[in-house]
Amino acid sequence: MNTLEIKETEKQKSETLVSGSVAVIEALLAENVTTIFGYPGGAIMPIYDALFDYKKQLNHILVRHEQGATHAAQGFARVSGATGVVFATSGPGATNLVTGLADAMIDSTPLVCITGQVFAHLLGTDAFQETDIVNITSPVTKWNYQITDASEIPSVLAKAFYIAKSGRPGPVLIDITKNAQLQLFDYEGYQKCDFIRSYKPQPDIRISYVEQAAELINQAKKPFVIFGQGVILGNAEKEFLQFIEKAGIPSAWTIMGMSAIPTNHPLAVGMLGMHGNYAPNLFTNECDVLIAIGMRFDDRVTGRLDKYAKQAKIIHLDIDPAEIDKNVLVNVPVWGNCKETLPLLTERVEQKSHQEWITKFHQAIAIETEKLIEPELFPEEGEITMGEVIQLINELTNGEAVMVTDVGQHQMITCRYSHQNKTRSNITSGGLGTMGFALPAAIGAKYGAPERTVIAVMGDGGAQMNIQELGTIMQFKPNVKILILNNSFLGMVRQWQELFHEKRYSFTDIQSPDFVQVAKGYGIKGNKVALREELKSALQEMIDFPESFLLEVAVRMEDNVFPMVPQGKGVSEIVLCKEDI
Amino acid sequence: MKKEFTLTIYTENHVGLINKIAIMFSRRKISLESFNTSPSEVPNIYRFTIVVVEAEAVVKNLVKQIEKIVDVFKVYCNTNDEIVWQQMALYKVPTEVIIKEVKVERLLREYGAKAVVIRNDYTVFEATGQGEEINKLLKKLDKFGLIEFVRSSRIAIINASEGIHKKVVEMELKNPALQTINNEFLDKKDQVFQM
Ligand SMILES: Cc1ncc(C[n+]2csc(CCOP(=O)(O)OP(=O)(O)O)c2C)c(N)n1
Ligand SMILES: [Mg+2]
Repeated sequence: MNTLEIKETEKQKSETLVSGSVAVIEALLAENVTTIFGYPGGAIMPIYDALFDYKKQLNHILVRHEQGATHAAQGFARVSGATGVVFATSGPGATNLVTGLADAMIDSTPLVCITGQVFAHLLGTDAFQETDIVNITSPVTKWNYQITDASEIPSVLAKAFYIAKSGRPGPVLIDITKNAQLQLFDYEGYQKCDFIRSYKPQPDIRISYVEQAAELINQAKKPFVIFGQGVILGNAEKEFLQFIEKAGIPSAWTIMGMSAIPTNHPLAVGMLGMHGNYAPNLFTNECDVLIAIGMRFDDRVTGRLDKYAKQAKIIHLDIDPAEIDKNVLVNVPVWGNCKETLPLLTERVEQKSHQEWITKFHQAIAIETEKLIEPELFPEEGEITMGEVIQLINELTNGEAVMVTDVGQHQMITCRYSHQNKTRSNITSGGLGTMGFALPAAIGAKYGAPERTVIAVMGDGGAQMNIQELGTIMQFKPNVKILILNNSFLGMVRQWQELFHEKRYSFTDIQSPDFVQVAKGYGIKGNKVALREELKSALQEMIDFPESFLLEVAVRMEDNVFPMVPQGKGVSEIVLCKEDI
Repeated sequence: MKKEFTLTIYTENHVGLINKIAIMFSRRKISLESFNTSPSEVPNIYRFTIVVVEAEAVVKNLVKQIEKIVDVFKVYCNTNDEIVWQQMALYKVPTEVIIKEVKVERLLREYGAKAVVIRNDYTVFEATGQGEEINKLLKKLDKFGLIEFVRSSRIAIINASEGIHKKVVEMELKNPALQTINNEFLDKKDQVFQM
């Protein structure tokens, strides 16, 4: 290089000086981020200042509480498959993220959360709004990192996005000290990350295990597929259907796997777990080969482990090697992304129909239908049931809506009875069971799938837990349908008190505000129904209204969710009614 | 049945990793018998040696979870017959006792201890060995006015290991050889069944 050239590059260099904050925004744009859920504060002000110039490219939704931001980002990620992005300030802003991070961690949801932090020279001095958020969030993030120098921003954010989305997804938190946000540095552009030497997002597939699995499946007389969110996270819905349709295997979902196949598919036999359907729980302990796909044998699914599928040979397809043998010892571990392993398996399995075996499921389904489902969905008298509300929504939306549920009885009822034709239609807090999830998650879901009807189904308890997010709806106007199934109780806890604590209703009778009035205060239209005759038209009005709408439905106060696998019991000890416990 | 396991963990050299590894144990209420961390033979790669007493099934699951930490390269888990291990101990004894008591000198020789500091008032001996030997010497020296004692955590070499160098080189390739990237235990499915 001659001196002239050197001068020239030096000039270019000085022209490429940018602030850490601008580098953050540039990183988001390079990662095709469109939407950010966040809340500003002192330690993240430089990033917000930079954001001001990018209002056109980046849609920032100002939530009303940072927990709301995490759940909104989760809802966004779960309906769209993209990574949800959150901004929060240091200290209380950052600690408010913890619940959402834990939820995203246990439900494998890709998030990148960016928190501001005090100036690097103040770290460890108990500075104003300093919290050690990296250590606080270590157990609830897939990865986290603190940046104290702006030059790290592009590469660390690239890593963050790569880690959040690759392999088994999860939340990542990047804490950026204020000096790094303000610092000008030589910006050499953003380079996406697709490799980290110490990180193997997915293990290589072993064909020998695929072959062993196929052999077991081909010999099976009573094969049974149970699947989880892994099918959705792997975008493997098509591959999954091809597999079960060729092998003719009845299939049941975990709550997180719901909607990966249409709920009315001929091979669909319902939901697993404590409040799942009768047939799949019962036949888990009768099948001869159990094929678990992208699920993690959560205790709410397995019930008592020493009574779980003891008679069956177990095949487990999972992307996360740490899930193999974690709770249930398996015979054949087919590790890898099921998008890749399923076609390999499909190639090797014989075309079958297992008609007799499937008939057994249908007989059990008929028992449940007669004893439980019919009376729940089509009651002729008495107050409204939660089930009939969901049944009417099925009719009115043709199973096309995104159902976002909170946590409790209404969640179980919605997941039991909702018809869902499309994948990514069931958004719920599965592993953590976070009350207060639904309203913010529904807001996020609407941004992630603007063309779809998004319905937040909440209990009267959970509706009060992140109710402040009505303010977000007021300001940004995502068209979210807010449905509160009000039983005047913390219903699920009350159910357990009734069944297992001699009906000692200790602090489960919760009072609610007039939800319609509250919504009105936020400029959101609402309505309240308690009569069966008015229910359908009220739901119709809610769905058709061109903006957000809150509908409160007074439902039976002391209904229980059945069937139930009582805690400590095996899955085949599932009971259909209270008297059988 | 609980047994002693030595975990060898290779990691990137990042601030905060100790916490990320430590919480894996504390979350499961597993106490650490011994915890050592130091740079490995490969620049910028750290080696942790951790000893726990736990059931095999618990440890194997734990190993897989630790291996999932983004900045962790590899975790090995060994029983005592698969490793060579040592601890070091320092003993501070009054110098006059050593001069007077012939027995002490013999004792120290017997345990292969050597003096690292000799002063008028005290002498510091160093001994290496496995926990038991160190304890025995401790007990004996206690009778001779032992002033202070400290013991290091365990360090261990895995008999069957080829070290991490080759592995790291392979991991740095985007398409490493098959056997390098999969979890050890998954590869040994038969052995997993023995748990
Ligand atoms: C944040 C949080 N706190 C407490 C609980 C425990 N819990 C689970 S379900 C439930 C009751 C929920 O009541 P409500 O929202 O009215 O729904 P319902 O069961 O009545 O349909 C409670 C308190 C929880 N899951 N999450
Ligand atoms: Mg309630």
